[in-house]
Parts: sequence; C-alpha cells; structure tokens
Amino acid sequence: MHELSLIANLFEIMEKEARGKKAKKITRVRLQVGLFSGVVSDLLKTAFDIYKEDTMASESQLEIEEIPLKIRCQDCGTEVIKDDFVFICSKCGSHNLQTLSGTELFLEKMDLLI
Amino acid sequence: MKKKEVRVMQDLLGSNRKIADTLRTEFSARGTLIINLVSSPGAGKTTLLEYLADQLTPKYKMAVIEGDIETERDADRIRAKGIPAWQIMTGGACHLEAKMIGKLYTEIPTDLDFLFIENVGNLVCTAGFDLGENIRLVLLSTPEGDDKPKKYPNIFVTSQCLIISKVDLVPPLSFDIAYAQKEALEINPKLKIFTTSAQTGAGIDELVDYLIDSLQALRKNHA
Repeated sequence: MHELSLIANLFEIMEKEARGKKAKKITRVRLQVGLFSGVVSDLLKTAFDIYKEDTMASESQLEIEEIPLKIRCQDCGTEVIKDDFVFICSKCGSHNLQTLSGTELFLEKMDLLI
Repeated sequence: MKKKEVRVMQDLLGSNRKIADTLRTEFSARGTLIINLVSSPGAGKTTLLEYLADQLTPKYKMAVIEGDIETERDADRIRAKGIPAWQIMTGGACHLEAKMIGKLYTEIPTDLDFLFIENVGNLVCTAGFDLGENIRLVLLSTPEGDDKPKKYPNIFVTSQCLIISKVDLVPPLSFDIAYAQKEALEINPKLKIFTTSAQTGAGIDELVDYLIDSLQALRKNHA
C-alpha cells in the first residue's frame, strides 16, 4: 500500500501549483497512470479520498486515465501494446526493447477555482 | 470565483527520483557502489549481508542501511560483524524512500566501497522507489515458489540482479530453478542470476566477484 505515499506527493504538487495560481479550491484532478506503474487505480482513489479531507481539494473529483504498456523493438521496429509482461519481441525474438508508455504516474491537469 | 483548467504534467515520483539521482551522483563520485536489496520478508537478505561481510571485509569497506517497520534487530546483526549499520524504522511504511537515505548522508563514511541498503521486506511497494542504487538486487527464496517473477513483475523488471536463495531446500520443495530463471528472464532478459545457499555457502563467491566487478566498472566510469 504505497499508494498513500504517492498521494501525499500528489498533494504537495497540487497545493504548490494551486497556491502559485492564487486558487481558492481545487475541484478536479486528472492523473495518468501507466498499467505497468505498479499502482492500483482503485487504491489511489481510496487514498485520495482519505487524504483530501480538510484540504483545498476536499470537494474535488479524481479522474484517472490508465495508459497501456507499449513497447518498441529496437531491432525490427515492431510496436505492440502488451497485456502481459514478457519483454521479448513477439515478431523477431529480440530482447532489445524500449518502453514507450505504461510506467507513467503523472498529475496531468486540474481544475481550479480562482 | 472563476474556474480554470491548468495543465501540470508532473511526475508523482519526481521528487523521489531527484533525490535518488543526487545520491547516486554523489556516491559514485566517491567511488561507493550502492546496492538496494529487496525481497519478501524472510528471503534471507540479512543472512546474505552477514555472508558478504565475511567475504568482503577487511579488504573492502562496507556499510549497511537497514529498513524495517520496527526494531533494531537487523542492524544489530550487522554491527555484530563489525560493520557500520544504521537502522531506519519506517513505523509502518512498506518501503524505503530516497529522502530517508538522504537524511543519513552526512553520517556515512566517505571512503566506502560498498553501501548496502536492505529494504523493507516487500515485493510490491519497493519497486517504485529508486534509492539512488547502482544495483537493485532482488532475492527469491525457494520456499516462496518458482512462479513468483511473473506474479510480481515490477520488482523483477526493475532489478539488475536476481538471487535465488536457500537452494539447499530445492529437493524437499520441488522448486524448479530452471523454470524460475526462465520466467525471470522472459520479463527481464538482462537480469544477472545467481543461486545461493547460506547453509552450504554455494554461489556466494560468484556473487562477490560480480559485486567487485561492478565496483571496478563504476570507478572506471568515474575515473
């Protein structure tokens, strides 16, 4: 359950940004969460709802966009979206792969009341 | 009040990564190799460190940072070997973070060869947090079962080295070493794999050679 640590980091970023914009409230928060980030979206939502009490985001909604794991073979150029974690090119068998997406843990955007 | 959408695009792990990168840079410049040991509880991290203490010292200087939820027990075991050790008690947290290592920075001797960080026993949460290590070393002990790499892929994908420990227990457990290796290499083809036993001492020499080679490579890169 490291989701709570991540949510604590999220609130640090959110509150710093919101204060910088002189906002009174945060009403919507949107995250990008890679399916290979090691984080469970439902647990993030639960942690968010616990953490938001008595903060400027207390009435906010959390939205999560899940990003699939996408890899590119550096040898044959094949790009595939993976639903397993086998890091071997399905076309040429190469181990020389690059992860294009799927490990994100980003605060993408938020709505502020200013 | 008016509503405004702001685009942020900041990494939730960005602050941890920044501290970890600083630690890696600082320790590498000193010529200290950092190894982050991760596994489930009871896989043999502390026992492995006791073995490494016997093998590496006094020729090499090492120190250990111990992470546990409670007690100084692991640090005491390492200190009994004459090795400097610091205990971080996380008080419930399931993983170490780079800032916890950063707090100890000024206490750590500047002439170390190896700094081992024994993470909290956990195969899930430890995967996301870079501690500034050069090598992430994951232990899989035979009683845990040979099917674990694909069940807990993140930790095996983010590690450079896998130790299959307690191999003296292979016969009664029907643990299939070849299968565990195959599963681990499918999700991380670059993984360096060793098999060890604290009962027989098997595999420790090979691991020690790997650590010394890694230290020399680090120093060559920073010469």
